[in-house]
Amino acid sequence: MPTLVVDNHPFQVRADQNALEACLSLKLDLPYFCWHPALGSVGACRQCAVKQFKDEKDTKGKLVMACMTAVSDGMRLSIADDDARRFRASVIEGLMENHPHDCPVCDEGGECHLQDMTVMTGHDYRRYRFPKRTFRNQDLGPFLNHEMNRCIQCYRCVRFYREYAGGTDFNVFKLRDIAYFGRQQDGVLENEFAGNLVEVCPTGVFTDKTLKRHYTRKWDLTMAPSVCVHCSLGCNTTPGARYGKLRRMVNRYNGAVNGYFLCDRGRYGYEFVNSGRRITRPLLRDGGSERIVSRDEALDRASHLITESRSVIGIGSPRASLEANFALRAVVGAEHFHLGMSDADAALAGLMLELQRAGPAHVPSLRETEQYDAVFIVGEDVSNTAPRLALSLRQSARQQPMQRLRALKIPLWQDHAVREAVQAEHGPFFIASVNATRLDDLATSAYRAAPDDIARLAFAVAHHVDASAVAVDGLSGDLDDLARSCAAALATAERPLIVSGAGCRSASVIRAAAALARALHAKGRAVGLCFALPECNTMGTLLLGGKPLGEALDAAARPELVIVLENDLHRRAGAVRVEALLSSAAHVIVLDSIETATSARADVVLPAGTFAESDGTLVNNEGRAQRFFQVLLPDSEIQESWRWLAQLRAATHRSGDAWESLDDVLHAMGGAVPSLAPAIEAAPLSHYRMAGARVPREPQRYSGRTSMLANIDVSEPKPPEDVDAPLSFTMEGTTRQPPSALIPFFWSPGWNSIQAVNQYQTEIAAALEGGDPGVRLIHADGSTGGPARPEIPAAFAARKGEWLVVPLHHVFGSDELSHEAPAVAQLAPAPYVALNAADANALGAHEGDVIDITLDGVTQRLPLKIAPALPAGVAGVPVGLEGMPAVTLPAWSRLVTHT
Amino acid sequence: MVETPLTRNMRADGEAPDLQAYEKAGGYQSMRSALRMAPADITNLVKQSTLRGRGGAGFPTGQKWSFVPMGDDAPRPKYLVCNADEMEPGTFKDRLLLEADPHQLIEGMIIAAHAIQAEVAYIFLRGEYVLAAARLRAAIAEAYDAHYLGKRIAGTDQALDLHVHVSAGRYMCGEETGLLNALEGKRANPRAKPPYPQVSGLWGKPTIVQNVETLCNLPCIVERGADWFKGLSRTKNGGTKLYGASGKVRRPGLWELPMGATIREILEEHAGGMQDGVTFRGALPGGASTDFVTDDHLDVPMDFDELEKVGSRLGTGTMIILDDRTCPVGMCWNLEHFFAQESCGWCTPCWSGLRFAARTLRALEEGHGAPGDLEALEHQAWFCAPGNTFCALAPGAVEPLQSALRYFRADFERHITDHRCPWM
Repeated sequence: MPTLVVDNHPFQVRADQNALEACLSLKLDLPYFCWHPALGSVGACRQCAVKQFKDEKDTKGKLVMACMTAVSDGMRLSIADDDARRFRASVIEGLMENHPHDCPVCDEGGECHLQDMTVMTGHDYRRYRFPKRTFRNQDLGPFLNHEMNRCIQCYRCVRFYREYAGGTDFNVFKLRDIAYFGRQQDGVLENEFAGNLVEVCPTGVFTDKTLKRHYTRKWDLTMAPSVCVHCSLGCNTTPGARYGKLRRMVNRYNGAVNGYFLCDRGRYGYEFVNSGRRITRPLLRDGGSERIVSRDEALDRASHLITESRSVIGIGSPRASLEANFALRAVVGAEHFHLGMSDADAALAGLMLELQRAGPAHVPSLRETEQYDAVFIVGEDVSNTAPRLALSLRQSARQQPMQRLRALKIPLWQDHAVREAVQAEHGPFFIASVNATRLDDLATSAYRAAPDDIARLAFAVAHHVDASAVAVDGLSGDLDDLARSCAAALATAERPLIVSGAGCRSASVIRAAAALARALHAKGRAVGLCFALPECNTMGTLLLGGKPLGEALDAAARPELVIVLENDLHRRAGAVRVEALLSSAAHVIVLDSIETATSARADVVLPAGTFAESDGTLVNNEGRAQRFFQVLLPDSEIQESWRWLAQLRAATHRSGDAWESLDDVLHAMGGAVPSLAPAIEAAPLSHYRMAGARVPREPQRYSGRTSMLANIDVSEPKPPEDVDAPLSFTMEGTTRQPPSALIPFFWSPGWNSIQAVNQYQTEIAAALEGGDPGVRLIHADGSTGGPARPEIPAAFAARKGEWLVVPLHHVFGSDELSHEAPAVAQLAPAPYVALNAADANALGAHEGDVIDITLDGVTQRLPLKIAPALPAGVAGVPVGLEGMPAVTLPAWSRLVTHT
Repeated sequence: MVETPLTRNMRADGEAPDLQAYEKAGGYQSMRSALRMAPADITNLVKQSTLRGRGGAGFPTGQKWSFVPMGDDAPRPKYLVCNADEMEPGTFKDRLLLEADPHQLIEGMIIAAHAIQAEVAYIFLRGEYVLAAARLRAAIAEAYDAHYLGKRIAGTDQALDLHVHVSAGRYMCGEETGLLNALEGKRANPRAKPPYPQVSGLWGKPTIVQNVETLCNLPCIVERGADWFKGLSRTKNGGTKLYGASGKVRRPGLWELPMGATIREILEEHAGGMQDGVTFRGALPGGASTDFVTDDHLDVPMDFDELEKVGSRLGTGTMIILDDRTCPVGMCWNLEHFFAQESCGWCTPCWSGLRFAARTLRALEEGHGAPGDLEALEHQAWFCAPGNTFCALAPGAVEPLQSALRYFRADFERHITDHRCPWM
């Protein structure tokens, strides 16, 4: 390890980094703007200037930019040097020439990196006395405000948007001090990672437009560590609340999962929590009448139904916590507990779990996926089903070309030198998909085909990698060539990554992906296998286990009571089957957070907490159990599903201890389901204290505690005690850095913006102090070995007059909960049926024409959308959109032009 | 003995010699000789000649070439780029070479390309040089027809494609790496060095960027040898130099003289001295982005080393002369305004400091100067010093300002005390 001497103090630092990273890793305060831990160094802002001395005798030294200076053994730097200080203050003075100094009315105020750096450099008096430049701002859509006058030209936004996230509709225009960062003209930013500009921008040019509607300063927010519920990746988030409303969502760094970035579904989906369709009071329905009742009355009624019904079944949910699912299972008994997903989805998810367990491929964490140097995406449209993964894969595509830069002695942190050397070159990146994807710009080859043909390609690649894998008969010459070149690229890569998932709803696709991973492993490659699952706790629900939903829906003997946990059954099965169950059951109890077609049918509706009002555990696609903590104190009857169920259990079960807290549920779950026992370790339990103190959910500067509710009651209410978590609901508590799983917000003296995360990491961009949160529940043991001779599907054959209808996914719209957020809903498409142009011609239909499509015996009337990439004979329908019924896909349907 | 190798073929009528005329005068013989030489031998020859880059920075040419990866493992293709984006205010020397003897440049480029084994070359040409573009294109067409460009040059294995790229027009494009970005179709922002273009340049491949005048020196070096070339100079920097003078002199112009000619010699013998009624106050010896020299420095030889000793630079070797009837503050405002306008907007000292300086100079010139303005200007000059900025634009830009503040400080102060420009 090189020794770096900073202001005469020697430090051991890691090689292969620049002096800025080294200083920040040492927790030395050195200001910066254009450098970003994930984006690297470009040397534009000149803010991180330090003095470099040749040796101990050198007293003059020279100014260098720390971010552009590689550390070397014996290097001597000074941050405190007078010239360096004066220069850094001059940089701020320069940046401030045009800055409007509008902090009091700027949404960034109080968590602004520019404010922090200004204070850090000591600049306080502006000599510039001439007019400032001004700009016209743009409407960039529902997610972001644009206020260009605040811009300090650090170029981070355009580097993130274009170079890191692959966006094309945003750029820098003009030059000198009037560089303009925006779109060519007003319009919605197309990239689904645009929301990260809120955090990437060091000042208030890009701020959260949803926050503006219910604005609160960071220091006035109640915050808690949370986990995103809008896909299966389990990105870590920090929701912020005030006055009983969720105000915003920001990224919570997890070195093993999401790193520095979220997708916009994850960032902006939070507003479903504030939705007008929230269920806030218990409701009893009797015949045609419905009544809002007290919590006790609802519990009495529900427990009465449970004890009096001769047969009770429970239906769990892949969007509810492990604890909630387990508590329901405990209430109804394991033999009456059903998985809350369609049997087809459960089978696919179960297959992915089985294949992950079987190994031998490594199941990488999200962050690990960035390090693979060859990628094959088998069938999954990750940009829409697991968006944050798409951003990671975009980085994987750079790995192979970056390897040769070592020979050119270009350090990988020197971002623009790397990009100039690499140019548009990508590592091997193969995509096989049904429709066009937003990663196609990276693709070495993008193959469009029906799911079975995608599977056949992947099997063929497996065979070309490892001749002992089953061969695929009847491939066309072109396709076999593609399979060969893909096999060659993957087999010669150091770390190939196979990505797949349930998006095609095809077991063959999943099996083929796993077979390919196995073949690559057999050839000694350090292969990774990554599956995208449908929902935030699909994996957790599977690990808990349960009977198929179909058994509940289709059983001849109808249960007397059905308890549905956080689930709209209409998203799981067709209306006829769901109705059959709900109408034949004498009683239905629904616990949910939003009104659904299912909750509308319940006798008893119990208002369930969302992630924001609950503590609980979710298991992500890689099998990582992660705890989320309550951030909102509802002023209604809302409580955690598991708490409702624990209360029902206590009221209906004579034996066993009552569960008073999350800890009790976790311990009971660990005892009942050993594979879930490690989930207890996902975060410290409720008794955890730091020197006797809790971890505060509110910043030290939280204001208004004694006055916020004074218009209602001048006596300050006692702050609620959190019995479930070692967090306090106030600013009282430890001032030390909490364990990584309990970090409610990133803040450090002098670092008020989210970039305070530097102060919480062992090293810049590495793990959080004490290790990243989360516990892996799945470990590939390799013992089962997987199916020896997988069955290769027959080639897809288009049919005359019929189309194979496949599911298409939308980052904005396909997810049930985020669709309740107005900003997200605004970008969701309306239902449609998609065909390629030739097929549409054959049908005599044009874009926008109305088409009748019949799925699961139900005919829908949908407008036609031309999707040029769809294969012949294949039609696509968007799944999950509001107004799209649950249907079994893929399925064959006639398409009829409606006139 | 030829003593003006750069201008030897130039015709009195200003027309460019065509291929036939150029060859008749011995043209393309150096190319033939060079193609018979090993690439490393050419590089060594150029090293021995002490040829230094004529674009302004004066980096030793042969040494620059020696950083290019050679051999079969070297990345391909390699590029040679001629920087003909002559945008420096007061500088018009490359224009003469481009317009009046395009084949000399082409021959020089073939020699350089062979030395670094480049297979593609570009001439990045200032957009306003319309005549140069036409003459270069005609000459390149002739050279292709004669098999001096394209595959198998003059029957050898060397191949070279040569393209003229006309700039869309920004001062920044003349900066070596800004030029490469512009050539790639990107913003003309400079690139970080290292990595140097010799290793990772145009499209990430090994690239040499040379000024027009530098390349035009190559045919005669190959023809006559290093010692002859060194002998042309009066100083340690070999060769001749195109010197220019503009401002209120009797005969503004351009002359090929031995390297190391003094300012007095250029001013008095060649430019005919100052016009009647004005006297010399100072000069920017190497174009707009060099420090002022004054009448104390008239006998300093104009070369890379000697001008540095008096706090200035040879730059492009084309002097802008300041006389006693011209306001130095107004001159600085004009220059700083130009440089501030041309800042690419990448690094803070440049885009903020130059604007600050230009605004302050304008205030001074318009009578709105305030106490503290000169300190503020000095601060901006310090802020934009070499090493503090990303590229050389801003350090060069503040050279006339910082030296004017030193030599003409009283004039600046009068602008503040009198609340007006004394020359108005």
